[in-house]
Order: sequence, then structure tokens, then C-alpha cells
Amino acid sequence: MSPHTVSSPKNRPKYYDLNLRNLPTPGLVSIFHRITGVAMFLFLIPMALFILQTTLSSEAGFASWKGYFAHPLVKLIVVGFVWSFMHHLFAGVRYLLIDLHIGIAKAPAQSSARVVLVAGLVATAVFAARIW
Amino acid sequence: MKNSKQPVGAHYGWKDWMIQRVTAAVMLVYSVLILGFFLVHGTVAFADWKQLFQSQLVRILSLLFFFAVFYHAWIGVRDVLMDYIKPFFIRLSLQVAVCLFLIVCSIWTVSILWSN
Ligand code: HEM
Repeated sequence: MSPHTVSSPKNRPKYYDLNLRNLPTPGLVSIFHRITGVAMFLFLIPMALFILQTTLSSEAGFASWKGYFAHPLVKLIVVGFVWSFMHHLFAGVRYLLIDLHIGIAKAPAQSSARVVLVAGLVATAVFAARIW
Repeated sequence: MKNSKQPVGAHYGWKDWMIQRVTAAVMLVYSVLILGFFLVHGTVAFADWKQLFQSQLVRILSLLFFFAVFYHAWIGVRDVLMDYIKPFFIRLSLQVAVCLFLIVCSIWTVSILWSN
């Protein structure tokens, strides 16, 4: 969110290190929050509405989705979206707390970022264990 | 152009920022409720699922949730577009496409929730 890109100086130094392994944990949480947000916008919204429509409209539609969800490949995709949602949710809550000036210093911000990454993965693992 | 307001820019204030926080809170509450429903019911049969969405309260809360998602997604995706897409007409076209898509989704949601 940079509103004044037009007025930024031309020759400022640029530092593009796109290697995710060199990114500090809060940076990882942030870029995953962005990627999961856009992924959910593109794929989860239309899919969720489509599934809601077919599962509610008839018993046969409900049964066919029950069948799809039993397929391992579909389960894998569902697990991917569950991770997207859980990571985005936990990272979102972290941002809301930071907005309230909770955990804003460097050390707590780094540990809360680690908590967010782990919590998203743990929640996804619990879900995956339940559907398999 | 220096410091001038762009038609495809942010809305230059705290309003969108606040809406994104409020919609986040709405989604959070609804997610916990739905999760609770699935935890209580275990596997859900068609009859339970259908009955759940026959309730007017559930329909209204669901509509509130989806509208929160759409508004939240609009602000979020607009922020992302502002970061990466600089040419005016490309950004405008993408923003219009996102908006129209979300409006269609809103209408679709109403029809799904109230046609069962
Ligand atoms: C419980 C659910 C959710 C919570 C708590 C939440 C929270 C947040 C918060 C606080 C932000 C602002 C981050 C910032 O300003 O840096 C945000 C951004 C965003 N959200 Fe969500 N969100 C949720 C669900 C969703 C869903 C379902 C979608 C998509 C359909 C979504 C899409 C986005 C997008 C695209 C952004 C912009 C990302 C960026 O600027 O990097 N969010 N979310």
C-alpha cells in the first residue's frame, strides 16, 4: 500500500532478494497472507458458491459432492485451501492485534509471526488427519 | 501528478482500512460458528444441511458473512492491484472486472440462500 509511488525519487537503491529463505518470518507471514488472500478471491469464492448451490439444491447434488470429496486429489486441494484460509485468518488476527498496538516491538512481532506460521500448519494438519 | 488523488487509487482515508477490519471480524465470528456446527454434527447428512439453511437466521448470517467476504476481498484485491499494476487503464479495467465479479457473486449468493 504505497499511495505516492509517482512522487518517489528516481534513483533510490533497489533491493530485490526474492529468495524466500532469506525473508524474516514476519515477511513470510505477510507474503503468504497476500498470496492466500488473492488465491481465495480467485478460486475459493466461486467454488464455495457453486458447492453451496449444488449441495443445497438436491439430494443428488449433495451426494455427488460427497463423492468428489472422497477423492484423494480433491482432498489435497481442499487441504490446500484450508491452509490458505487458516493462515490468512491467523495472520489477519495478528494484524488486528498489531493495529491495536499489541506485540508491535521487534521481538514479540517475530515470535507472533512464528506462532501464526505454526498455528496455520497445525490447524491444517488436524483437519487433514480428520478427513483421511 | 505529485500527491494528486488518482481515480484508481485508495480512498485516501481510514474508512476502507476500518471496513477491512470490521469485515475481518464478521468473517471470524461466522467461521467459528460454522466450525462449531461441523464439530457438533460430525458427518453432515443432506437433511441436516438443508434444514440448517432453511432457517431465516442462518440465511441472514450467511448473507452477512458473504457480503463481508466480498467487500473485504474488494479492498484487499484493490490494494494488491495498486501495488503491482501501475498503468492507469490496465488497473482501471482490472478493478472494474473485480467489482463486477463481486456484484454478480452477491446476487448469486442471495439467489442461492433464498431459493432453497
Ligand atoms: C476470518 C477471515 C479473515 C480475516 C480475519 C482476514 C483478515 C485480513 C486483514 C486484517 C487484512 C489486512 C491486511 C493488511 O492491511 O495488511 C486482510 C487482507 C486481505 N484479505 Fe483477508 N481476512 C479474512 C478472510 C479473507 C477471505 C475469505 C479473502 C478472500 C476471498 C480475503 C482476502 C484478502 C485480501 C486479497 C487481502 C489483501 C492482502 C494484501 O494486501 O496483501 N480475506 N485480511
